[in-house]
Amino acid sequence: MTLAVAEAPAAAGRTGPPSDPMLPRPWRVCRSVRETDDTFTLELIPEPGQPVQPFAAGQFNMLYLPGIGEVPISISGDPTYPHTLVHTTRAVGAVTKKMAAIRRGDAIGVRGPFGTAWPVEDSEGNDVVFVAGGIGLAPLRPALIQVLSRRERYGRVVLLYGARTPDDILFRKQLREWRADFDLEIQVTVDRATHDWRGNVGVVTALISRVPFEPGHTVAMICGPEVMIRYTVMELERRGVTPDRAYVSLERNMKCAVGFCGHCQLGPLFICKDGPIFPYEKVAVLLSQREV
Amino acid sequence: METAPGADRYVLDLTALNRLIEAVREAGYRVAGPKVRDGALCYEELDPDETLPQGVRDEQGAGRYRLRTGGDAALFSQAVGPHSWKRFLSPPEQRLFTAKKDDRGFRFEPGAIDDGKWAFIGVRPCDLAAIRLWDKVFQDGAWADSAYRAIRERVLVVAVQCTAPAGTCFCLSMGTGPRAGHGFDLALTEIGNGAPRFLVEAGTPTGEEILALVPKVRAGPEEIAEGERRLGQAETSMGRSLDVDGLAELLSRQVDSPRWEEIAVRCLACGNCTMACPTCFCTTVEDTSDLTGSTAERWRRWDSCFTLGFSYIHGGSVRRTISARYRQWMTHKLATWHAQFGETGCVGCGRCITWCPAGIDITEEARLFRQAAEAVPAPRS
Repeated sequence: MTLAVAEAPAAAGRTGPPSDPMLPRPWRVCRSVRETDDTFTLELIPEPGQPVQPFAAGQFNMLYLPGIGEVPISISGDPTYPHTLVHTTRAVGAVTKKMAAIRRGDAIGVRGPFGTAWPVEDSEGNDVVFVAGGIGLAPLRPALIQVLSRRERYGRVVLLYGARTPDDILFRKQLREWRADFDLEIQVTVDRATHDWRGNVGVVTALISRVPFEPGHTVAMICGPEVMIRYTVMELERRGVTPDRAYVSLERNMKCAVGFCGHCQLGPLFICKDGPIFPYEKVAVLLSQREV
Repeated sequence: METAPGADRYVLDLTALNRLIEAVREAGYRVAGPKVRDGALCYEELDPDETLPQGVRDEQGAGRYRLRTGGDAALFSQAVGPHSWKRFLSPPEQRLFTAKKDDRGFRFEPGAIDDGKWAFIGVRPCDLAAIRLWDKVFQDGAWADSAYRAIRERVLVVAVQCTAPAGTCFCLSMGTGPRAGHGFDLALTEIGNGAPRFLVEAGTPTGEEILALVPKVRAGPEEIAEGERRLGQAETSMGRSLDVDGLAELLSRQVDSPRWEEIAVRCLACGNCTMACPTCFCTTVEDTSDLTGSTAERWRRWDSCFTLGFSYIHGGSVRRTISARYRQWMTHKLATWHAQFGETGCVGCGRCITWCPAGIDITEEARLFRQAAEAVPAPRS
């Protein structure tokens, strides 16, 4: 079985008003939360009169700070409520470091949403295994929210999450709530434990053999470093989940998000418009090649 | 009723051609055309008192370009120079927007969209094909680039069919020239001996309207035959050729070939090929602000996949080596472009060969890849 990547709702907007895809719209920060040492979440609301575009789980926006720059960031909030845009990211570059410092009431430019979506609806009736590495949990979060909001439509739902250290675990409170409120199996592992950590230690792929799911009726959604993606798919395959049932989110340098700038190419694919979510089979060979 | 061949072709002399350009100006177009500057044939805006250069001949080879002027009176006895029309369709530097601080935050003002009308005089068939490829990138997909579309939809194209291909030309291999198939408003073919004379045909109603304003005579069979003879001769005098049969698949199988490294030792990663290429479309953006921080601008600039920074993501660049960057460029042009836009990304203009300071020749490299691939049978699938 091959699941089609869900058509992003933004596609409908593309033929709509002759809006300039390169022009940001002004939004405002209504909340800024420090998640961990180097990650933060921004919640944005539109300026009065700004149109609110629906988005699908897995899509991303280009966030812009005047004079500083623009970065592609996956949306990490609830797709049923696009009036608030939630973005969680790491402060690693010039732009995201500056973004980490902005506060409630500050203005920010938003272009989007762009890209393909996780196959959330197409996975109904299946077991769903989410595998996240580090900040990769953020782009998976909208899909998790969506699946849990219609929990009865899915079989077993599993989240496997690997962080560097216990202090790097994202959405800690929400993970606890999800565990309590839903029928959701969550396994968290860390690369390096601290003295008070009593959970798993090691790579996230090691968790795959420990959780229950029915391989023939499982869809996997994976987001993390490319090497983690490759080993995750290998491990899933060992459990009997064929690669055509695995979906991955990829990342490349992006300047435009609509296929004009050429930066995000991975072989024949533009990550911005053909991705960022791909059926693994479409990218398997490309991910095995060096410096593509 | 079928139109007799040549029934809609006319002959212009130099006075009539100049009158045609004048008529284009009178119709409200800014005129861009060939001009000799710094020893090369460039495409620039032409002032009303400027005439098209005459007697210019070129000599092109790998890493070599020489112009000879003052030969004869012919206007188009040369191939393309370093410029292509992309500099007008999406300028090397373009302001995308201005962000101005106000009491609430900031507001965005789109960059000035060029609402002028351009007439391109002397578009060669390879460049016509390149413009069609750019249309696919910038306006025929799910998203359209407003700035590109604003310029593009008003462009008047006066094409020139090629009668003097250069040593680096291979449009015949790519199916783009030396004849101009479509995509022009008017097409010229130089047929004069001594005094310049041109066959002209209209490709669009706009072209016909312009042509109606110009003194001309209907082309006779000898003039049409002379045009055909010269185009036929051009087909046999291409300086280069490229065997495109199965080339995309062949290159896709060569990802791990040691040949990329052999090219990389010569490649300077200077990006000249990408600047000169009429289909290379990659850009970057640059954000600027004034000293007070009250006004910021975002500029789009031509970029090249040969720079280390091009593929930078947190943690480093994806294509660290020059071999990976050359591979990206060549396989994009000749292989992955097919998957992206349904055809090859190379139009056979030869600019990348001429303007490579190391003289790297894409046709030769493709030939060597084919040779290597044929020496080793393709893997069974």
